Amino acid sequence: MRITPEVVERVARLSRLELTEEERATYASQLSSILEYFARLDRLPTEGVEPTSHAIRVTNVFRPDQVMPSLPVEAVVAMAPQAHEGFVVVPRVLEAEE
Amino acid sequence: MKELVGRPYHELRPRLGKDLSVRELVDAYLENIERLDGQVRAYLTVTADQARAQAQELDGRLARGEPLPPLAGMPVAVKDNLCTRGVRTTCGSRILEPFVPPYDATAVQRLREAGAVLLGKTNLDEFAMGSSTENSGFFPTRNPWRLDHVPGGSSGGSAAAVAAGEALAALGSDTGGSIRQPASLCGVVGLKPTYGRVSRYGLVAFASSLDQIGPLSLDVRDCALVLQVISGHDPHDSTSVDLPVPDFVASLEAGVRGLRVGVPAEFFGEGLQPGVRQAVLEAVRVLEGLGARVEEVALPTLEYALPTYYLIACAEASSNLARYDGVAYGYRSPRADDLYTLYARTRAEGFGPEVKRRIMLGTFALSEGYYEGFYKKAQQVRTLVRRDFDRCFQRVDVLATPTSPVAGFRLGERTADPLQMYLADVYTIPVNLAGLPGISVPCGFVDGLPVGLQLVGRPFEEATVLRVAYAYEQATEWHRHRCPFLRG
Repeated sequence: MRITPEVVERVARLSRLELTEEERATYASQLSSILEYFARLDRLPTEGVEPTSHAIRVTNVFRPDQVMPSLPVEAVVAMAPQAHEGFVVVPRVLEAEE
Repeated sequence: MKELVGRPYHELRPRLGKDLSVRELVDAYLENIERLDGQVRAYLTVTADQARAQAQELDGRLARGEPLPPLAGMPVAVKDNLCTRGVRTTCGSRILEPFVPPYDATAVQRLREAGAVLLGKTNLDEFAMGSSTENSGFFPTRNPWRLDHVPGGSSGGSAAAVAAGEALAALGSDTGGSIRQPASLCGVVGLKPTYGRVSRYGLVAFASSLDQIGPLSLDVRDCALVLQVISGHDPHDSTSVDLPVPDFVASLEAGVRGLRVGVPAEFFGEGLQPGVRQAVLEAVRVLEGLGARVEEVALPTLEYALPTYYLIACAEASSNLARYDGVAYGYRSPRADDLYTLYARTRAEGFGPEVKRRIMLGTFALSEGYYEGFYKKAQQVRTLVRRDFDRCFQRVDVLATPTSPVAGFRLGERTADPLQMYLADVYTIPVNLAGLPGISVPCGFVDGLPVGLQLVGRPFEEATVLRVAYAYEQATEWHRHRCPFLRG
């Protein structure tokens, strides 16, 4: 399977990863050879085989909806790279209204 | 100090409060870290002051005649992808370099409650993605048996710490072999429990359907002691299973007479180093000599397990690692004026090359037009791998295989070709796909490098796996060998 630098760029955008041109070329060639090796899966017929998402059966787990203590807001906000009065600061996402 | 370091916990414990204090034991380990870690580089963070304070507190309890918890005074190391309250948890990544968790992972909390003393946090391949610890965002760890060789990975820091006497036991995590493979390369015992046996709460997620936390130790008895403490249901992890935890230590000595050991031919084919093959087949003969019945079995999907694993693990990782965006915690790029650039640049600057490669591989496998051919196909093959194991376990009780196809490799030897690195886990990966318990125990040497025997059991039959490993260990001397740093 040939992965072009254009495909890498599309995937990088979906992944929110900024790449240099050099990285795009390296990843294009590496992902191509990895996927080429992975193509051996096509030799194995799987029609009608149920997919497995977890090897051990997992089922939904329910618990009563009770109010429980959580981490203090200050402790959580203290982890943020930038915070202000109990809020996490990010670049502006909405235009300011006049 | 010499006579303390490198001795299993079960030998030292009866001496605690008699001719040995917890403080002495912990100090011996801290001194050994001081002496060796400049060369081995197993640790990202050493918590010496906290360790000494905790040792002091335990000695106080001893002096007051209070009953000792099961791991009292055991100096342990924890892989740096397990959250430790108030202690930096980096995952070996620049993107989490400033992260100090406000809570303990359940496995860590249980260790603390059992009296284990945390010495520090060990190095790993970034986000546990790798097989040599060379993908750490900080520095590579070295194999204490030979410093120009890798310790394996991704729990390379934990394995090297135990092998070098820089911790008596350690926690690692195993998504595709990350406990067993470094245990093999460093000549220690490493166990991956059944998926669901140990709570993953507080383990930084890599591939959630595959990740498990487990112990690394000097011998099988210590391994059982640690597993006992960390096992069991936890309401904080809905995939942790609500099953009774058997007494792993009590069943160790039951022997292997009449037990059926399966040897899957596919694990002894192309790519296996001759010296490793010899050591593992000799180990199988030892089990036979102890009364086990050896049978050849088949796992024909082995050659498909590797691509299946990487597609599934990378797909899950691409989703799990979406949370590292520079907003709520961790590293944030200082060079971004809008939100998209903040995400994309933070991630570009914070993640290393292997993590980016896997995020893209996973995103690709999940993207429109490729999902059916890659991700869904892999999940279907996963079913076939599981069925192969089911068939084997109708005939035998455990499987015996090599843990790693080679005894070891040099730093830098495989970094240029990602696929070569992926092949280091070819024998451990199928076990994760099927969610089974697996252990690696030392079974010989090739050119002075340790070799590991992998034993795999049915779901939730850790006790059987440990029992076989223990019988093998008691019949051989491999687990008594120590790396050159700890000799004379």
